[in-house]
Amino acid sequence: MGLDFSVLPPYAELLGVGLWWTIVLTVSAGIVSFVMGILFAVTVLYAPAVIAYPVRFFIWLFMGTPLLLQLFLIYYGLVQIGIDLPALVAGIVGLGLHFAVYNGDIIRAGIAAVDPGQTEGARSIGFGRWQALRYVVIPQAVRNTTPAVGNMMIALLKESSLVSVIGIAELVHASQLAISETYRPFEFYIAAAALYYLANLILEAGLNMIEKRVEASR
Amino acid sequence: MRPSGSMVEVRGARKSYGNFEVLKGIDLSVERGQIVAIIGPSGSGKSTLLRSINHLETLNAGEIWLDGVQVNQPLKGRAFERHINGVRQQMGMVFQHFNLFPHMTVRDNITKGPIVLKGMGRDEADALAAQLLAKVGLADKIDSYPSRLSGGQKQRVAIARALAMKPKVMLFDEATSALDPELVDEVNAVMKQLAAEHMTMIIVTHEMRFASEVADRVLFMDGGAVVEEGQPSTLFTAPTHERTRAFLKKYLNA
Ligand SMILES: Nc1ncnc2c1ncn2[C@@H]1O[C@H](COP(=O)(O)OP(=O)(O)OP(=O)(O)O)[C@@H](O)[C@H]1O
Ligand SMILES: [Mg+2]
Repeated sequence: MGLDFSVLPPYAELLGVGLWWTIVLTVSAGIVSFVMGILFAVTVLYAPAVIAYPVRFFIWLFMGTPLLLQLFLIYYGLVQIGIDLPALVAGIVGLGLHFAVYNGDIIRAGIAAVDPGQTEGARSIGFGRWQALRYVVIPQAVRNTTPAVGNMMIALLKESSLVSVIGIAELVHASQLAISETYRPFEFYIAAAALYYLANLILEAGLNMIEKRVEASR
Repeated sequence: MRPSGSMVEVRGARKSYGNFEVLKGIDLSVERGQIVAIIGPSGSGKSTLLRSINHLETLNAGEIWLDGVQVNQPLKGRAFERHINGVRQQMGMVFQHFNLFPHMTVRDNITKGPIVLKGMGRDEADALAAQLLAKVGLADKIDSYPSRLSGGQKQRVAIARALAMKPKVMLFDEATSALDPELVDEVNAVMKQLAAEHMTMIIVTHEMRFASEVADRVLFMDGGAVVEEGQPSTLFTAPTHERTRAFLKKYLNA
């Protein structure tokens, strides 16, 4: 039984919908991971100990455990304590937090690397502590860390396939559905790989554009 | 209570880093429109004094007053934050290394403060930026990023940024020390222009000639204390203290 890619077209719509959910997950979780990453970084660096320590513990916990387990915990575990999240929300939260922890680490280092003279320049004008962070320090930290955070976004796109385990019909899940009907794993996995690759190309092009714009302001 | 009618008043300022006393009780008063130059050897505490006036350093003892308001008020937490942010809006500070915001255009560097802190409208702020840039001779750089500017241009933008807050006093900490020699004059020219407009200024500098040209009064600091002060004509030509003489001799012969 050789390769026969003619099995694919009837499932084009299924795969297309799968790709769509992969994109939805990546973009939503990407935004969550970026915003929460900044929040984690600022909290760890500047919040009072009563807040910073629990957050650091949470970060440590999320860094030290597999994403798969985190997804199970958020989707199946939280139900037990009365938090019943829809699969998509659980997937976005899980993926988002998992990568927020890494983005937070990257951005924290980025904030620490901003010249203290920047804060002094801002404070000397009359900016408050938070205003100096918001207008001067964080924008520079984010700009300086775009390549590293961009790599995290590419990783996130790929890791989003893991949420198939909690029943979200993203690309891998969609391929498996098609395979279960056709028994043609090779063709469909190749097709899914090609679609991931395509999505990655688009994401990288987007990231390159952002980096170019950031470079222009240096 | 307000100690005098001065624009800036420093009373018994003391500052230590660990066991090392950097400011050993400094008194200084600067009248409205007056220009005071502070000179002295490296490590004598000039920057620490200037930074203390803007509360970038916290004194261990003593008082700083700006136009009748105590800068280092004994307030705590948020109350002090609010107070000091308000006070700093009234003081312009110019740093040796410019400290321009590299991620903002020249326009945004200048307008961010007025817009965020004073609620100034975009149009008004843009007009202000254009006017200040014209004043420092950089009207054509309004859309540039700082990285595209020379050191002298950066420092002139930094001065414009400080002026945008309409400060009551300008503090300069070796504004030209980081510049190539050929770029020093363009920055000094802007400072002289401010002097002509009767801006109150405290200028820490290693340039004796500039100090003597622009200052109404010169302070010579050494070892965390003001050793001698007077009009430039007297201090530079007939210093009374041996340490001042030694310092000037070294500098003027250099
Ligand atoms: N954060 C700090 N921690 C410890 N010591 C400090 C600190 N800042 C300054 N000092 C010390 O305080 C002394 C005075 O420093 P300051 O920067 O005020 O001198 P300065 O007169 O401005 O010198 P320069 O002409 O080199 O700029 C120096 O001996 C310096 O090493
Ligand atoms: Mg200094």
